[in-house]
Amino acid sequence: MLKIDNLSATVDGKAILNGISLEVPNGEIHAIMGPNGSGKSTLSYVLAGRDGYEVTGGSATFNGQDLLAMEPEGRAAAGLFLAFQYPVELPGVGNANFLRTALNSIRKNRGEPELDAMQFLKVARARMAALSMPEDMLKRGVNVGFSGGEKKRNEVLQMALLQPKLAILDETDSGLDIDALKIVADGVNAQRGENFSALVITHYQRLLDYIVPDRVHVLVKGRIVKSGGPEVALELEKDGYASVQEAA
Amino acid sequence: MNAVSGAARFSHRFEGLRERLPGARLPWLTALRDGAAATFATLGFPTRRAEAWKYTDLAPIGDAGFDEPLTLLEGSVALPPAGAARAVFVDGRFRADLATLDGLAFSARSLAGALDEVEGPLGALAQPARDAMAALNTMLFEDGLLIDVQDGVDGGVLELLSVATASERPQAFHPRHLIRLGRGASLTIIETAMGTAGAAYLHNPVFEIGLEEDARLTHGRLQQESRAGFHLSTIYARVAGGAVYDNFTLNAGARLVRNEIHVALTGPKGACHMNGAQLIGDGQHADTATVLDHAAPDCASRQTYKTVLAGRARGVFQGRIHVHQAAQRTDGYQMNQALLLSEDAEMDSKPQLEIYADDVKCSHGATVGALDADQMFYLRARGIPEPAAKAMLVEAFLIEAVEQLPEGLLRERLTDAIAGWWQGQEAAA
Repeated sequence: MLKIDNLSATVDGKAILNGISLEVPNGEIHAIMGPNGSGKSTLSYVLAGRDGYEVTGGSATFNGQDLLAMEPEGRAAAGLFLAFQYPVELPGVGNANFLRTALNSIRKNRGEPELDAMQFLKVARARMAALSMPEDMLKRGVNVGFSGGEKKRNEVLQMALLQPKLAILDETDSGLDIDALKIVADGVNAQRGENFSALVITHYQRLLDYIVPDRVHVLVKGRIVKSGGPEVALELEKDGYASVQEAA
Repeated sequence: MNAVSGAARFSHRFEGLRERLPGARLPWLTALRDGAAATFATLGFPTRRAEAWKYTDLAPIGDAGFDEPLTLLEGSVALPPAGAARAVFVDGRFRADLATLDGLAFSARSLAGALDEVEGPLGALAQPARDAMAALNTMLFEDGLLIDVQDGVDGGVLELLSVATASERPQAFHPRHLIRLGRGASLTIIETAMGTAGAAYLHNPVFEIGLEEDARLTHGRLQQESRAGFHLSTIYARVAGGAVYDNFTLNAGARLVRNEIHVALTGPKGACHMNGAQLIGDGQHADTATVLDHAAPDCASRQTYKTVLAGRARGVFQGRIHVHQAAQRTDGYQMNQALLLSEDAEMDSKPQLEIYADDVKCSHGATVGALDADQMFYLRARGIPEPAAKAMLVEAFLIEAVEQLPEGLLRERLTDAIAGWWQGQEAAA
C-alpha cells in the first residue's frame, strides 16, 4: 500500500524529515507517535502534497505509484486521504456542496457515475447519523463556526464518504472530549478491512485505546527511532518521550 | 491623439448632427444640447488630474475615433432569449420590432418618440453643466427608454437589452433613459449590455431615475460588452421618503468600463442598496464609482462590492458617502473587497466618508487579497481539481454580494453570467 523509503524533507530550508522509512501493508493501521516538533505533521503534509515542503531525498510510493510526483488532487483520486489536524474553514462554500463536489471528483476518477443532489443527500445523511452529526451541518459553510469536535467529525465524515484506501489521521484526537473521541474512533474502525489502511499520527496513547494499531512507530527528530506492536505506545505512555529522545 | 482632441472630435460630430438629432425642432431641447456642447467643449473628457478620475484614463476613447451611427440598423440581430417583457436597443436606438412591451401595467417606450413630453425631467438630475459625461450624453443622445410607473402599480420585471453590432467604423451611442416610479410603485429592471464579439464601440448611457415616496426600484445591470468595447454609464437616482433604490451591477465585459452611480436620499426612511461584482481578466479595466448623498434623516444605505481580477486586469472602486447635517440617524455601510488571481492584476480602492450629522452609524471596509493557499490545498486534498477548487473559492468570495439579490430571474441571470465569465477565464488559461 504505502512505502516510504529514506524520505527527507525541508521546510524553509530547515531539515524536518531526516530519512524516514516505513511500510504500511494493505489492511493495517499504523500509528506514528512522537514529541512536538518531531516531524509528524510534516510527514502528513509531504504525503498529501502540500506546497512549501521540499523533498530532498528518498521516495514514497502508493500502490506502486510515485506519490511525490502527483498533484494533491491526484493523490486523493488514487485513494489517499488526509484528515487535517486543523481543518480549514471555507466561508461561503456550503458543506453539502463541498462534500458532493469532492465525492463526485473522486467517483469520476474511479469511473463511477456522479451522484445528483438527492442521491448525495441520502448517502450523506446515513454517514452523518453514524457520526452523531446534526443534519444542519450540511447547510453551514465548511467548518465555519464548527466547534473543534465538529470539525474533526466533519473530517471523519469526509473520509467515510470518500472511502480512501489509505487515511492519514493527523492528530485527529486533539481537542476532542472522550465521547467525541469514541465517535471518531468508531468512524475509523468502521472502515477497517482488507482494502483500508491508516496512518494514525498522535501525540498521546489515548486514541490508540480506541483505534488499536497493528504497528507503532516512534518519530524523533525526523527519524523513526523505534517500531513495534501496540505495546510500544503503552511504554511511551509510561516512560514519556524522554527515553526515546535520548536514544535519538 | 490625446483625450482632448478625442473630445474635440465628439464636439465636431455634434456640430454636424445638430440639425438632425431627435428633437431638433424643440427649442428647449436644442438649448439644452447647445449648453451641453459648450460645457463638453470646455471640460473635454475627464482626465486623471480630476480626483474622481484618478485611476481611469479615458484617452483610449479619444484615440479610437468613434462615430455616431447615422442610420438605424434594421437587419436581424441575434438576441438572447427573453425572460420577461423586453425593450431592445441596437446600437443605442430603440427597436420597436424587437420589443415585447404590450400589455404592461405601466408605460415603457422610446424616448425619441416622446421628447415633447419630457421638458423639465430631462436633464433635471443629470445636469450637463456639472458633469462632462452627462454633457456628452445630452449633446448626442438619439434615443433611450422612457418609463413611467403610476402610483401604486407593481410593474413586475422589465428587461432592458442593449446590443452593439460590429461595424466598419467604431461607433458611439449615448442612450438616455428616464425612469419615474410614482408613490408606492415598484419595478424590477434587468439591464443587459452586450455586443458582437470583438466589436469596438462606445456605449455611454445616462439614467435619470426618480422614485417618489415608498416606490421601489430594483435595477440589475449585467455589463457583458464586447471585450473591445467601452462602457461608460452614469446613473442619477433621486430617492424620496420611504422609497428604495436597489442597484446590482455586474461588470464582466468591455475593455474599459466606468459605472458612476449618484444616489440622493432626499426624504426620511429612504434606502439605497448598491451592490456589485466586477469580474475582469487580462487587459480589462473596470471602475465603479458611487456617490451617495444622505440628505434626509433615518435613511439606510448598504454597499457591497466584490472584484475578481485575473491576468493584467485593473480594478477600481471609489465610494463616496456624504451625510448631510440634516441626515440624523443615518445607517450607512460600505464594503469593497478584491480577490487577485494574478500577480499582474491591480486594484485601487478609495472609500470617502464625509459626515456632517452627529447621530449616525457609518462603517466601511476594504480588503485586497489572493486566494488562500490553505483553502486551496484543503479542496485539492479532497480530490477537487485545481480549476474547480479555484472556481469554488471565487464563487464563495462573490456570494456575499450575490445573496443581496432575491431569488428570481435577475439572480439566475447573474449566476449564469458569473459562470460564463469563469468558463471564459478557464478557456483563456
